[in-house]
Amino acid sequence: MKVLDRVGQATNGFFDYAGGLALLTGESLGFLFRLRVRVEETVAQCALLGVQSLIIVLLTSLFTGMVISLESSQQAVAYGFSSFVGGAVAYGAVRELGPMLTAVVVAGRVGAAIAAELGSMVVTEQIEALRSMGLEPARFLVVPRLVALLIMLPLLTIFADVVSILGGAWIAQTYAHIPYADFMSSVRQAIDFSDILKGLLKTFVFATIIAMVGAYQGLSTRGGAAGVGKATTFSVVLAIILIFMSNFVLSFLLFGSS
Amino acid sequence: MSGGAAKIVARLDNATLAFGERIVLKDCSLDIVDGAITCIIGLSGAGKSTILRLLDGLILPQSGHVYVLGNDLCHMKEERINEVRRKISLSFQFAALLDSLTVGENVALPLRERTHLSRAEIQSTVTDALDSVGLAHAYDDLPNELSGGMLKRAGFARAIVTRPELILYDEPTTGLDPIVTNLITETILKLRAKFGGTAVVISHDLPSIFAMSDYIAMLFEGAIIAYDTAERIRNSSNPIVQQFLQGSETGPIPI
Repeated sequence: MKVLDRVGQATNGFFDYAGGLALLTGESLGFLFRLRVRVEETVAQCALLGVQSLIIVLLTSLFTGMVISLESSQQAVAYGFSSFVGGAVAYGAVRELGPMLTAVVVAGRVGAAIAAELGSMVVTEQIEALRSMGLEPARFLVVPRLVALLIMLPLLTIFADVVSILGGAWIAQTYAHIPYADFMSSVRQAIDFSDILKGLLKTFVFATIIAMVGAYQGLSTRGGAAGVGKATTFSVVLAIILIFMSNFVLSFLLFGSS
Repeated sequence: MSGGAAKIVARLDNATLAFGERIVLKDCSLDIVDGAITCIIGLSGAGKSTILRLLDGLILPQSGHVYVLGNDLCHMKEERINEVRRKISLSFQFAALLDSLTVGENVALPLRERTHLSRAEIQSTVTDALDSVGLAHAYDDLPNELSGGMLKRAGFARAIVTRPELILYDEPTTGLDPIVTNLITETILKLRAKFGGTAVVISHDLPSIFAMSDYIAMLFEGAIIAYDTAERIRNSSNPIVQQFLQGSETGPIPI
């Protein structure tokens, strides 16, 4: 019976969580579609969540591009395919690693920050104070963060793609003596504008996941400081898992036939 | 409930509420008289703050009704409850100011979000509200730069800035020294005199309660067991009320 009880509780817990997350997402998107967005707060969140993530995103994507270039140029030079190195780097960066790595880095930094901030507001009754003033926490707090991420994550991903390719070109030139012109020519042959657009399309899904998981975890925080810690950790773990899962589904749908 | 022919602005009608297995309120009824200050007393953890949250529509009872300003909150959607809330203010025990905003911005928040007043009108109303609680100088301070008493008064300023018909004060004097407690009590009386309206106060501070109350309700084991004017409650023959007022360890209240 105990086993059945636990299975039942876990199932209830799962649907309770999924339902709560879906309701908050629906409510927030509802405000967004009705254009009930606090513009000043959204601009502030763009700076806080987006601009301040730029350095870490640039660094991770730079080194990712460099390592892909390092690995592929070694093999390519050995087998006489050095003209494909640029394509390999760009293909990986624009279609997969750029959007996904940027999202993972932002989930670690921003998702945690959203969960911690909203969680602290719950335990200090600030969320209840907003409700008591007749203000909806979803519109007041969640929508500005969601919109900020929907704007900033694609922009960060574009920067990540560019830096990744440039890092790859630098390594290819210095390590495998592949000229920049050949590298860039290979990039142009390997990817087209639709690849870039499809890569960016993924970032809207990732941005929604990061914002909503962080916000829902924060708003459902219980139990003081320890609860805030748990909410923060869980929001990052869950967001990253969901990013990987949705990335597979999106890649299958967007690139499956190509 | 007593109250005679006085107009009732809020009413709990046989409200029952449980959190999990724990029953907090059981068939609890209470009338809040228009224009009066009603204090709710009771043991710690008895459910006094829960009554305030019911009156503000933040939680709803599992059975019974909550009527506020002519509305039955139990049969309203959240959007409609929000409209009722705009005529109510809840002053929180620890003020619950948004810590990312200055005191002035906190007090201005309900005006900025819920009215179409100009910036100048908002600033003037906020300055007036802060002045009423003696905090005009703290307009640009952040909440974490204020003392406990100042925080509570800043919370009062946010509560009164919209001129609500009903103000709910959750433990306004808890954790404060006697001088600041007196200041807070005087502030509540002064705000009532200046802005009018009805107030419900949760407090454990008996001198403060008797100084400000028109009516007192005692909550015990999930129900209101005594409700009357402050003077009649002071002279109540109810042994539970008397034990509570005297702070005695012996009597019908289990320790």
